[in-house]
Amino acid sequence: MANFTRRKFLKVAGGAAAISTIGFPAIVGAASKKVVIVGGGVGGATTAKYIRMADPSIDVTLIEPNTEYYTCFMSNEVLSGHRTMDSIKVTYDGLRGHGVNVVHDTVTDIDAAGKKVMTAGGKSFEYDRCVVSPGISFEDNIEGYDAAAMEKMPHAWKAGEQTVLLRKQLEAMDDGGVVAIAAPPNPFRCPPGPYERACQIAMYLQAKKPASKVLILDAKDKFSKQGLFTQAFERHYAGMIEWIPAEKGGKVTRVDAASNTLYVGDTAHKVAVANVIPAQKAAAIASKAGLTDDKGWCPIDGRTFESTMQKGVHVIGDASIAGPLPKSGYAANSEGKVCAAAVVDLLNGREPGDPSLVNTCYSVVGPNDAISVAMVYDLKEGKLDKVEGSGGLTPKDSSPEMRAREVNYAYSWFDNIKKDSWG
Amino acid sequence: MGCNKKALVALIGSVFMVGTTQVLAEPTATMMANTCAGCHGTAGQSVGPASPNLAGMSASYFNDSMKGFIEGTRPATIMNRIAKGYSEEQIESMGEYFASLPVYKADVPHDAAMAKAGAEVYDQGCAKCHDENGALPDDDAGILAGQWLLYLQYSMEDFQSGHREMPKKMKKQVEKLDEAEIQSALNFFASQK
Repeated sequence: MANFTRRKFLKVAGGAAAISTIGFPAIVGAASKKVVIVGGGVGGATTAKYIRMADPSIDVTLIEPNTEYYTCFMSNEVLSGHRTMDSIKVTYDGLRGHGVNVVHDTVTDIDAAGKKVMTAGGKSFEYDRCVVSPGISFEDNIEGYDAAAMEKMPHAWKAGEQTVLLRKQLEAMDDGGVVAIAAPPNPFRCPPGPYERACQIAMYLQAKKPASKVLILDAKDKFSKQGLFTQAFERHYAGMIEWIPAEKGGKVTRVDAASNTLYVGDTAHKVAVANVIPAQKAAAIASKAGLTDDKGWCPIDGRTFESTMQKGVHVIGDASIAGPLPKSGYAANSEGKVCAAAVVDLLNGREPGDPSLVNTCYSVVGPNDAISVAMVYDLKEGKLDKVEGSGGLTPKDSSPEMRAREVNYAYSWFDNIKKDSWG
Repeated sequence: MGCNKKALVALIGSVFMVGTTQVLAEPTATMMANTCAGCHGTAGQSVGPASPNLAGMSASYFNDSMKGFIEGTRPATIMNRIAKGYSEEQIESMGEYFASLPVYKADVPHDAAMAKAGAEVYDQGCAKCHDENGALPDDDAGILAGQWLLYLQYSMEDFQSGHREMPKKMKKQVEKLDEAEIQSALNFFASQK
C-alpha cells in the first residue's frame, strides 16, 4: 500500500459507501425541508440548534409554552440557597440567533399521517420531520396527590415555581423539623436527583436549622450512585439524613396535604416539609400523539430516535426509551445531536450514520464535594449500548482534592451545557 | 494518488464488503466530537470555568492527552472514564476534528497585575516551548492562551505534585520559580486575547 495511508483508504471507502446509499428507497425525493420540534427543554433546544448548524437550509420551528425555561439540573442548589433561580433560567434568544423559529404555544396534538402539529393557539404547523422532546408527566400512584396537593407538598421535579415553593417552605420551617423526600420508582427523570437533593437540603439545614432532619421515603430498594451517596451522607450529614427503602416501609402510598402527612400503608409520617416526587411517564402529548407503549414511555430506533410507533416523528429526552442511557440532561443533549444529524441526513437523501453518545452526571453532595457518573454509548446490532470498558463512577477512595475539582467541573458542565443547548 | 494495483484490488474488495454488509461502520468525527460539547462547549469553545477549550489544539496533543487519560499517566476526575470509550482511530479522528477548528481564546477572568508580572516569567521560562504566548498549536504543547484559569492551575498542581510527568525542560524552568511567579505565568496565559 505504498503512498496510500489507512486514513485515505478509509475516506475513499467511506465515499464509496455514501454513493452506494443513493438508492436508499425511503428517503428518495425528500425535497421539502421543514422540521417542527415539540418542547424547548434541553433535548428540543439542542436538536433545533444542531440542525441549523449542520444545514441552514432546513426550516426549524420550535414550539414551547414558556418564554423562559428553568433547568432541572442544578435546581437542587436553589433549594440549599447556593444558587439563584436566575442562574438556572434560560431564554430562547440564542436559538433565534441560529435562525430557529421559536413559537410560544402549547402543542395539543400531532397528526403523524397528515404531518401536522396543532396548538392550543389554534395554529397548525406542517412538517417533513417532527421531533418530540416533551419531558415527563406524573402518574397517579400516590392517593391524594392532586393538583391542589402539589401546591402544599411540592414535587419540584419540573423546575420553576415548584422549586421556589419548596425553597420558601424550607426557609419558613422551624429548627427541629423533618423534611421528607418521597423518591419515585424507576424509571424517572434524573435518577441521582432525589439523593443529591437530600444532600443539598441537609447542607442548608446544617447551617441554619441544625436540629432538623431529612427523611427519604423511597419507592425503591436501591438507587443511583448509592455507595457514593451513602458515603457522602456519613461524611457530611451523619445522623441527619435517613433513607428508608421500599422493603423497609419507604413506599409512600397516600398523602394528606392538609396535615402534611405521608402514609406508607397505615404508617403516618407527619412532617414540616414534604417533597413528593410521584412516579413518571412521558408527557401527556406523547400518549395523545400515539407515541407511547403500554408503560407510558416512547419506544425509538437507536440510530435515528425515530419513533417505532409513528413514522416521521422522533422522540428524545426523558420521554424516550433510550436505555441504557439514563433520563438525564446530558443524555437529552447527546440524543438531540444524534437526532439532529439523522434528521439532516434523512432530509438530504442520505442514510443516517452511526450514533455516538455520552452521559455525564454530577451530583454536588457537600461544600467543595461532588461525585459523578459517566458513560460512552454506541449502537450495537441496532440497539443503543454501553461501550465496554468506558465510564463508571467517581472512585470511592477519590481524594477530597479531586472531589473539590469535580464541583468546578460540575459548574463547567452546567455553564457549557446551557450554552451548547440554548445558546 | 500513487495508488498501486494491489491497493486498488484491496479497495474494490472493501467497497464490495462495505456495500453488502454494514454500510457505515463508524460514527463520524463530528458526531463523536459533538458529545464533548456538553462540558467543553459547542465546537470546543468552553465558557469555563474549569473545563478547557479544545478548539484548535493540535491532533498530537489531543491524542497524547486521551492516551494519558486511558493509561492513567495523566490525572483526571472524569476524562479517564470517558476516554476509555474510544478506539485509537476514533481518538485520532476527533483529534483531527479539533485541530481543524480555529484556536479559541476565551475571555477568562484573571488578575491583571499578575498577568503583567507573568509576561516576564513567560519570556524567560516558558516562551521557548509555548510559542506565541501559548497560542500556537504546532508546538504540540496544548493551547494555553485564553485557557481557563482553573484548568491551568489544576494542570500545574498535577505537574508539581508529580502526578503528571513534566517534560525535562519544563521541570527545569518550573523548579526555578516560586509560587507567585507560577501563578503570574498562569494569569498571563489566561489573559491572552
